[in-house]
Order: sequence, then structure tokens, then C-alpha cells
Amino acid sequence: MTAVTVVFAAMGLVALVSAFLVVTSDQIIHAALWLVVTLGAVAGLYVLLAAELVAWVQVLIYMGSVVVLLLFALMLTRTPTGPGSATVTRNQPLATVVAGATTVALGAVMWAGFGGEVIDEDEVRVGTAARLGDAIFRTWVLPFEVLSVVLLAALVGAIVLTRRGER
Amino acid sequence: MSELFGNEAWWVIILKALLVFVVLVVFTLFNIWFERRVVARMQHRVGPNVWGPFGLLQSLADGVKLALKEEIFPKHAHKVVYFIAPVIATIPAFLAWAVIPFGPEVTIPFTDTVTPLQLTDMPVAVLYILAVTSIGVYGIVLGGWASGSTYSLLGGVRSSAQMISYEVAMGLSLVAVFIYAGSMSTSEIVAAQAEDTWFALPLLPSFIIYMIAMVGETNRAPFDLPEAEGELVGGFHTEYSSLKFALFFLAEYINMVTVSALATTMFLGGWRAPWGISQIDGANEGYWPVLWFLGKTLLFVFLFIWLRGSLPRLRYDQFMKFGWKVLIPASLAWIVVVCVMRRLIIDDDLDPTKILVVAGVLVVALLVVQFIPERRTPAVEAPEPDAFAGGFPVPPMPGKQPVAPSGAPVAPSGEKEA
Repeated sequence: MTAVTVVFAAMGLVALVSAFLVVTSDQIIHAALWLVVTLGAVAGLYVLLAAELVAWVQVLIYMGSVVVLLLFALMLTRTPTGPGSATVTRNQPLATVVAGATTVALGAVMWAGFGGEVIDEDEVRVGTAARLGDAIFRTWVLPFEVLSVVLLAALVGAIVLTRRGER
Repeated sequence: MSELFGNEAWWVIILKALLVFVVLVVFTLFNIWFERRVVARMQHRVGPNVWGPFGLLQSLADGVKLALKEEIFPKHAHKVVYFIAPVIATIPAFLAWAVIPFGPEVTIPFTDTVTPLQLTDMPVAVLYILAVTSIGVYGIVLGGWASGSTYSLLGGVRSSAQMISYEVAMGLSLVAVFIYAGSMSTSEIVAAQAEDTWFALPLLPSFIIYMIAMVGETNRAPFDLPEAEGELVGGFHTEYSSLKFALFFLAEYINMVTVSALATTMFLGGWRAPWGISQIDGANEGYWPVLWFLGKTLLFVFLFIWLRGSLPRLRYDQFMKFGWKVLIPASLAWIVVVCVMRRLIIDDDLDPTKILVVAGVLVVALLVVQFIPERRTPAVEAPEPDAFAGGFPVPPMPGKQPVAPSGAPVAPSGEKEA
């Protein structure tokens, strides 16, 4: 067991525990802050996997923008932020089912795709921008484009939702 | 990228980290004094001139004074977050300097150790700077929220909305540099500018967009809406006092120097001597480059102060509109142009005269477009302003002539008073 493995396990543990605290925390702001810790730990995992670009993009986009916007929404709207604010919806059982199903599906895909694969620790291939660009825009260009259409749909949907009151 | 990065002795790394820290703190103290003196000169005042030569020790005295003030925890503050927020704002500001190159490889005095004048470097160094500075936004959001005051909250929200928006324009303006240099590592970008020319010249639009975005990103005048005194008291740090306030202040000044240093590295050739001095032997070797680097950085700091001294503050909606509707589309269009140009230059399909001709045609076309008269909607005849609307004397709206200059009310007084 090398030092990298130990740190990797520790980071994974941090990510898991903080993710658990996200869903169990009593106050919604605390949940958002624990989400920051989770995303940060995942970025640390990326660094350990020599995926530098992905790691810093994770910090820049998810920690630096997405969660900040989430905090905005919580602070600017009249959402209750006191104790008990994180458990006001009654969708928890449904959310559990959806999360469980997603975990199983993603896990199955990973297992089917990479089960039994051995990574040679001596031959480190750093995830540079060039390598990532090759992977996204050559090998995986179709899934990438499909994903961008999904994002576009989400964007249009958000605009439609916010403009609903005007008609 | 030098082979030495990541393979240095531990004492060299600690020494360099300590030096970066000291340089930043001293630079901050200097900048506060510099700003006060320059603004004073611009306003026909003297500025601080008592403590130390030219008043240089004034910021130190102010720092000590600030440290001795009372620590206040507001009643409605969220204690833990309120305490941590200034720390979250300050640490990333220091971290960003890990990858800023101060100079070439030098020998440390009294030893034989050779080391680059840069703490470390990585293939995605510039992305790293953008990422850690975006962490600094948390300090502001959380500080504003945890204070438990409306002014702080609004200031924090404004400030972080502004930083997130202008970060996009900033990142996009840097993309052109990545394409030109073929790397995101700061030391390699400096090296690429040594072979080519300073990127400020071929990438002038990027440089201009970056300079506007960096002022917006650091919440400085004329974009200092987060601390618009007339509206928000002091912005997100309204409720902060003593050392916690000092930390926010430190973070703000370090961020100012960080974006200046990044501008120097990306567009003005980094630590390399300017043209003319560069021709002298040894100007780009040894410890001299630190001087050029600090000089160029100071130039940008002066630009910040100059802007503050001469421009009034923008309105919030104008500012946001400018960022999202002008800067971001402009930089996207410019990136497309740069990509095409770069490809053509690499493939040798392009000679400079052609570029000049195309650029000339574009400029002329733009000018012609400026002179095409817009189709105006027929102006609606404004109703005559009533100087006594609702029974009270009201001043005319902008652009309207005041009625009845003689001072006599137009309407008969009997109708008004009854």
C-alpha cells in the first residue's frame, strides 16, 4: 500500500461522509456547504488520478460557480434557512429510490466497462488538456454533443419557467 | 517547463513559499500607501507623508491600529461561518501566487543550488489560478450572509455575482493566449512570448477585454458596486471589524496584484525585459528580471489607481449588461477569429499583407456601419411638463424646459388651492 493509496482512501472517505451529511443535515445552508466539501474531495481524487485539468475544472465550475449560485438562490429567496429547513419536502423516499437506482445503474456501467482492468501505477499518463480534448472531440464526440443538447434543453426550460408569469 | 519543478529540496520550497508570502504582504502595504499618495496627487492633496520617508510607514501604522480595534460579533451573526469567512477569502488570494513566475532560473546566494524564481508550475497553471480565485468568492458570500445584516447580504450577493460574471469574460480572454502559446503553463507562456512578441500586440482585443474584466473581478472602481457607500454602507464587510476586516482588506489588495501579475505574465512578456533593455546582455538573466516583473505589475496597479481617481461608479444593471452582452460575446467572436488565424499561420497559407488587407476592410466596414443612419421610431410628442403636478412644485425631468420662467404658476391659483 503506497502513500497515494492511503490519501486516495482518505479523500474518498471525506467525500462519502460529507455526501452523507449533505442529505442528512438539518439546515439547508449547511447541506450546501457540505456539498462544497464533497466536490472538493472529489477534485482531490482527480488530482491523485493525475487528471489535473479535470480536477481544476471541477474546482472552477462546481465549487466556484454552481454551489455559489445555489447559495445565492437560498439567500435571496424567501426559503426558510433555519433548523429543519432541509427536511420540509416530503420527497425524501422518492429521492432515495431515484438515487439508489442511479447508483446501481452507474455502478453496473462502470463494472461492465472497466471490471478487472488493472492500472499500472508506474506508467502514469497525465490528463493534460490535449489528451482530454482528443478523448472528448474524437472518441466520445457523440455522447458529448448529446449532453450539450440536454444542457441546452435545461437552459431553455429554465427560461420558460421564469417567464411563465408574464403571459 | 523546467525539470526542476516538483523535484526540489524541501528547504528551497519553504524558502520560496516564505518569500512569496513576504513579497505579497509588503506589496500590499506599499500599494495602500501608493494608492493614497497617487489619488491625493490627482485630487491636489498631499496624502500621507508623516510616518517614515514619504509617509511609507503609514500603512504599517494603520495595520497596527486596525489590529488593536475591538473584535465585534454581531448579535445575529452565524458565529462559525462569520469567523471563517475572512480566512476563506484570504488563503486563495495567496495560493494563486504559487504559479506566478518572477524570473528565470537563478543560483541561490551562498549556495550552488539552481532554482527557478517561481514556487511551482503545472501544465494547467493558469486554470489553477482561475480556480483558486473562484474559491475566494466563498469568503465574500459567506461573510455577507453570516453577518446577519441586510446591507452585508446585499453587498455579498452583488460582489459575488459580479465576480462570477466577470470571471467568465476573463477566462475567455485568456483562451486566445492559450491558443497562441500552445500551453497553459505560466513559464511556458512567458517563454512563448520570448520567441514571438508580447501577446498584448497580436491579441490586443483579448488584452483590452482582460483589463476591463480584471477591474470588474477585483471589485475596484469604477466597478466597485459591492461597496457603493451611498447604497450599501460598506458592502459585505459592513459588520466586520479589527483583524477580520484587515484580512478582507488584505485579500482585496492581493487580488488586485494577482490579476496585475497575471496580466503581466500573459500579455506583457512576464519577467522578460521590455524591448530596448532586452538587447543589453544579461538583462534577462540573474535577479534583474524580478525588477522588470515588479515594474510591469506596478504599472497595472497604477492603472487601477488612475481609474479610481478619474471615473465615476457605474450603475449595477449597466455594469451587468456590459459584462454579459458586450464583453462575453465579443471575446467569443474574437476566439473564433484567433483560431482561424492561428490555423492559417501554422499551415503557412497566410502572409501578413493579406491579414492587413482583411483587417483594413473589416475596420472600414465597421466604420461604414457606424454611419448608416438608424431607422428611428417617430418621437412621441411629450406632454408639456406640469410644474405643479399634484399641487406641488416639481422640477422638470431631464431634457425638459422648465415652464413659466417668471416663477408664476401656470394654472390659476384658485383652481389649485380651492
